Amino acid sequence: MVARRDLAAYLNNYWGYAIVAALLMLEGLMFNAFALTDRPKYSAQVIEEFFYLTFGFVCFASVILSMRVVAEERQTGTLVLLDASPLQPWQIIVGKYLSAMTMVMFMVACTAYMPALVLVNGKVSYGHLFAGYLGLGLLASATVGLGTLASTISRSQLVAGIVGAVLVVTLVVSWFLAKIVDPPLRDIFSYVSLLDRHFRGFMRGQINTEDVVFFLSIAFVGLMSSTRFMAARRWR
Amino acid sequence: MIEVEGLTRYYGDFAAVQDATFSIGEREIVGFLGLNGAGKSTILKVLAGLLMPSAGTVRVGGIDALEQPDALRTKIGFLPEEPPLYREMRVHEFLRWVGQAKGCSAAQVDAELPKVIELCDLGTMAHKVIAELSHGYRKRVGIAQAIIHRPDVVILDEPISGLDPHQIVEMRQVVRSLKERATVLISSHILSEVAVTCDRVLVIHQGRIVAEGPTDELAQEGVADAVALTLRGDAEGVKAALKASDDVDSVQVREVDGAQRADVKLTEGGARERLVAHLVEVGIGVLAVQDPVSELERAFLQLTRGDASAAATQEKAS
Repeated sequence: MVARRDLAAYLNNYWGYAIVAALLMLEGLMFNAFALTDRPKYSAQVIEEFFYLTFGFVCFASVILSMRVVAEERQTGTLVLLDASPLQPWQIIVGKYLSAMTMVMFMVACTAYMPALVLVNGKVSYGHLFAGYLGLGLLASATVGLGTLASTISRSQLVAGIVGAVLVVTLVVSWFLAKIVDPPLRDIFSYVSLLDRHFRGFMRGQINTEDVVFFLSIAFVGLMSSTRFMAARRWR
Repeated sequence: MIEVEGLTRYYGDFAAVQDATFSIGEREIVGFLGLNGAGKSTILKVLAGLLMPSAGTVRVGGIDALEQPDALRTKIGFLPEEPPLYREMRVHEFLRWVGQAKGCSAAQVDAELPKVIELCDLGTMAHKVIAELSHGYRKRVGIAQAIIHRPDVVILDEPISGLDPHQIVEMRQVVRSLKERATVLISSHILSEVAVTCDRVLVIHQGRIVAEGPTDELAQEGVADAVALTLRGDAEGVKAALKASDDVDSVQVREVDGAQRADVKLTEGGARERLVAHLVEVGIGVLAVQDPVSELERAFLQLTRGDASAAATQEKAS
């Protein structure tokens, strides 16, 4: 029920469409500029670069689309409707998470025309595409989870966006941090690297159980923390 | 319906509510009267299941707020000072959504919706987007969302704030009609509003309940057998003239704007008209004859002016 209302709020506002449209346009331009170059490439290579580009856009869209889920309700005073209802905190958080996930996955689905172009003019493995899109879905589940957490702990959407961006960017660039710190931090930063450690396999068409578990764990931690925080704030 | 005992609520070191004890029966309209920051909203939020009491017990319809907060929330309808509304939704969509969020089935909400829309006089607005409504109608939608799930207790925090005089009159009618469905709690810092709308009043000051009782009784207490006179003359002459009357039991005189203000307690069987005739006969000019300040007003005035200054303005006649 919470998800249905939140999704309707995205769809009834122009800015939800505007964000998705702007991101799709940017990604299309970048795909054309960097992946579809004049230099001869294998189709698999183009698809790998497509997933690499889409990785960045999914991270960005997740932060932008999830920053409002709880923070906006707090800002506008409508959170009291949920607080004064018998809905459990986990129901509220999962509902809000699902609405943001639906929007991000809608954007991801809209990118399908790009690999379709490659499919028409080249030779692409469907398994590669499946693995890549599965990776994007798992990535979205993790980053939306972090965005939901940021939105739950923040008083305003702006702060939620900043906190969410810091969380996601930290996990994205942690491969770089791993190079400049000593063990055991090096191992930790290396392990939590979203792109380098856990997404490259999906980009190449490989599905590793470890990566699947990692993304789902991040999503779970994000949702669990959000639920705990909401429960503590609601009844204090 | 509501039993509160020793309710205390702290925000950090600050005690917003201290040792509040009261009980409220079914189908009563009870006003929580106090200045801004007195603790009214804190008490209402505890009753609504939005804040946990720091100490004390709160029971609504036999449900303990600490032990069963979720069950409590199904019994309460709450309207904060600023109505919580999803502005992009249409009124009927919003009310359906709130009803279901409160645990009602779609069929129950559909059955209740027409009654609520009629009660809150939202018939012409039901299909409008909430963002397009005036402030007065948004308040009505706020009340509608508070009652759509047929709660036993409806809590309205400052329901008339921001309304124009015409809307205030309409809002009073809506609030009075809620009594047929539920116990209604209203917070306000406007004395006249509470006096007009509520059956009982709790006066709250600095987190404590300082006066309590039926509005009619508090409004009449000290009024029926008393009279306030504004008289021309010197204080001693006025006192002497009043004490010479058989209708006067006791009197307090103080000077106000160059005239003498006399708060007179009449004897049993004493009559205002005889007293006024006596004063005129002995040469005291009678400028005004009024009802004295009621206990309700006195309690509230003491809060707004401060106990010390109120006491200082009164001069006891010997």
